[in-house]
Amino acid sequence: MQRSTKRWLALGAVIAAGSLALTGCSGSSFDSGAGSSQNASAPLTVLIGSSGDAETKAVTDAVASWSSSSGTQATVTAASDLNQQLSQGFASGKPADVFYVSTDALAGYAANGSLLAYGDKLANKDDFYPTLVKSFTYDGQFYCAPKDFSTLGLVINKDLWAQAGLTDADVPTTWDQLSAVAQKLTTADHAGLSFSPEYARVGAFMAEAGGGLVDADGTAATANSDASVAGLSYVKSLLTSGAAKYSSTLGAGWGGEAFGKGLAAMTIEGNWITGAMKADYPNVNYMVAELPAGTAGQGTLQFSNCWGIAADSPNQDAALKLVEQLTSTEQQLTFAEAFGVMPSVQSAAAEWKSANPALAPFLDSATFATGVPTAQGSADVIKDLNSQLESLETSDPKAILDSTQKNLEAVVGK
Amino acid sequence: MTAVTNRPSLARRRSRIAGREGVAGWLFTAPMIVILGLFLVIPVGMALWVSFSDWTGRGSPFSGSVGFVGADNYNTLLSGGGLAERDFGISLRNNGWYVLLVVPLQTALSLFLAVLVNRAVLKGRGFFRTAFYFPSVTSSVAITVLWLFLFGATGAVNKVLSYFGVNGPNWFQDPSGIVHNLLGAVGITTGPAILTENTALGVSLWDWLAGPSVAMSAFVLMAVFTTSGTFMLLFIAALQNLSGETQEAAMMDGANGWQRFWRITLPQLKPTLFTVLTLGIIGTWQIFDQIYTGTQGGPGKTTVTPAYLSYTSAFNNQQWGQGSAIAFILFVIIVVLTLLQRFVLRDRAVSKRRLRAYGIAVKGMER
Repeated sequence: MQRSTKRWLALGAVIAAGSLALTGCSGSSFDSGAGSSQNASAPLTVLIGSSGDAETKAVTDAVASWSSSSGTQATVTAASDLNQQLSQGFASGKPADVFYVSTDALAGYAANGSLLAYGDKLANKDDFYPTLVKSFTYDGQFYCAPKDFSTLGLVINKDLWAQAGLTDADVPTTWDQLSAVAQKLTTADHAGLSFSPEYARVGAFMAEAGGGLVDADGTAATANSDASVAGLSYVKSLLTSGAAKYSSTLGAGWGGEAFGKGLAAMTIEGNWITGAMKADYPNVNYMVAELPAGTAGQGTLQFSNCWGIAADSPNQDAALKLVEQLTSTEQQLTFAEAFGVMPSVQSAAAEWKSANPALAPFLDSATFATGVPTAQGSADVIKDLNSQLESLETSDPKAILDSTQKNLEAVVGK
Repeated sequence: MTAVTNRPSLARRRSRIAGREGVAGWLFTAPMIVILGLFLVIPVGMALWVSFSDWTGRGSPFSGSVGFVGADNYNTLLSGGGLAERDFGISLRNNGWYVLLVVPLQTALSLFLAVLVNRAVLKGRGFFRTAFYFPSVTSSVAITVLWLFLFGATGAVNKVLSYFGVNGPNWFQDPSGIVHNLLGAVGITTGPAILTENTALGVSLWDWLAGPSVAMSAFVLMAVFTTSGTFMLLFIAALQNLSGETQEAAMMDGANGWQRFWRITLPQLKPTLFTVLTLGIIGTWQIFDQIYTGTQGGPGKTTVTPAYLSYTSAFNNQQWGQGSAIAFILFVIIVVLTLLQRFVLRDRAVSKRRLRAYGIAVKGMER
């Protein structure tokens, strides 16, 4: 008995000593805080979640050219798991200085003080699309500069379109027309329309009906409003009529795969589909249109990442200058050419459209696009909604949205 | 009296020897203690503290700005009534069914394979042993990717099924539970009110009984496929340690092969059986890499497991307290199940029922 007590005491002492040591070594870097230890010559590290070699190379080149003109050293690292590596950096007190932040991660990092709210200091602040600025505003503060963005459009297989006897004049602009052409395009071999079973596609129809998961300010949950239910009910009618099928039902991982393999004649995807089409399905002849208008007019969803700056960064001034350079009009046009993204600044719009006339509908959709909810915890709510959307064909849209409403109310507007 | 005076000196001498030996002992074990302490005890202690704190993932969890919140994180998971509780309930449901299917199946299959491979008459035993063991040494990530292809909508498995006129499911996209599907086949699509209206951990009892989803069943098959080889080795080692004499004696008593296996071989394998079951329970409750590389919890959250949920709540949602609370609840589940299993498999006196089965032998002894 006595012996085991002694052993426990020893163990306790080891733990206590160890924790003290750990507290000691991390405490110093934690308490120093932002601002007090700024060092204008400290080198910068840039951590990106890259979509591929083209993006990594473009960002590396851009940062290198900024580095040589500004004299501040900077290195780019492509993360294998961005969220995990960022979290490790924030916990250790030595995060990367500049990094990608997704809309659903923003609230978590902003709430725990890891991010520097530098948006209002940007020289080109007014050039960003206002809806994008809203997506990266948390607690009334504009946190970070939108890197680029994407919207959803209707992607149409031109060959299958012509086979069904349809012409350019038939491109749907209303829900009724969409149902009609989708029905017409449906054959035994392929579905008329296909998209993946998730809010990030289906949500566009809720927006077209005038609904959405949250209101315009993002402060109140409106998931089970009549408009939202109407949007989801329309999606259900598309599925039950057989005109539309989920990409998962067709055995494809996403809408682009179903579309590229010819399993569907139309899909709803963002401008990233162009990269996949070029790389994997170069023989598919396709065109892009704006999503048709619903009962409340046109609507689509927009997605974006921003350039975050760490609150613990020792050289925030240089980081801010780097971000200004990376989001400048010319640089964004270079990025657009290198890996097919849409510039987040309005001053680049005209030039981008003349360079990519076929993709102009994606950029034109920016005027009526809405962002996805950004409140902390909303990513989980959307994940839960997605899990229910998979069985939408056999379930009640109102019941699905009621449960989402309950979950959303717990996280939105707190 | 003399004995009393002698005792201290003896004790002192013994302690002096023990002291010298003790120093050497501590010296030899010190590197291991430091390594274990640094990389095991302290991190576990830190995680335990985080599970009781409101740490949000920035700076050290021991810094002054991190507060103690008591059992808040545990309450949110076990009785919060929100999404966190439901997600945790779903993950326990998924993993529970997974354990329930994988552990018995892999144990039975590995024992079966071991008995087969251990038979002297089998030609090419070395080849079969290697073949059965091969999946165990392949990386689980590689096997997961292979599985995703095999069980795709147009994959090899569905192709083979189609030869038999079976229209295979879209395995990794199918969130329907197999128990629900079986009930649906006999016309029961909604459960009785007592099951649908009562919930545990935010999940209705009817949904608890859904069974593993079709997607999870593919993972069940994968786990059985990959781990049976490892456990087969353990059983082979145990089988080779059994003496042939008991078998011969049983043969002389007229026991047939089936009886010899159940009455003679299996009871002697009990220690190995305990090891295999314990390793199986621990391994199956900790399933993570297959989910992380394979389905990320989909379809319809039916492959979310506590280990994966712990990872996503911490790293993706910055809910570090909840993430580590899940890890500790999982720890408790594993410990309790292992103890329970040890209790069930303990050595005990032969029961009356068993004695009756041995009736002839008992009578023989009486005579």
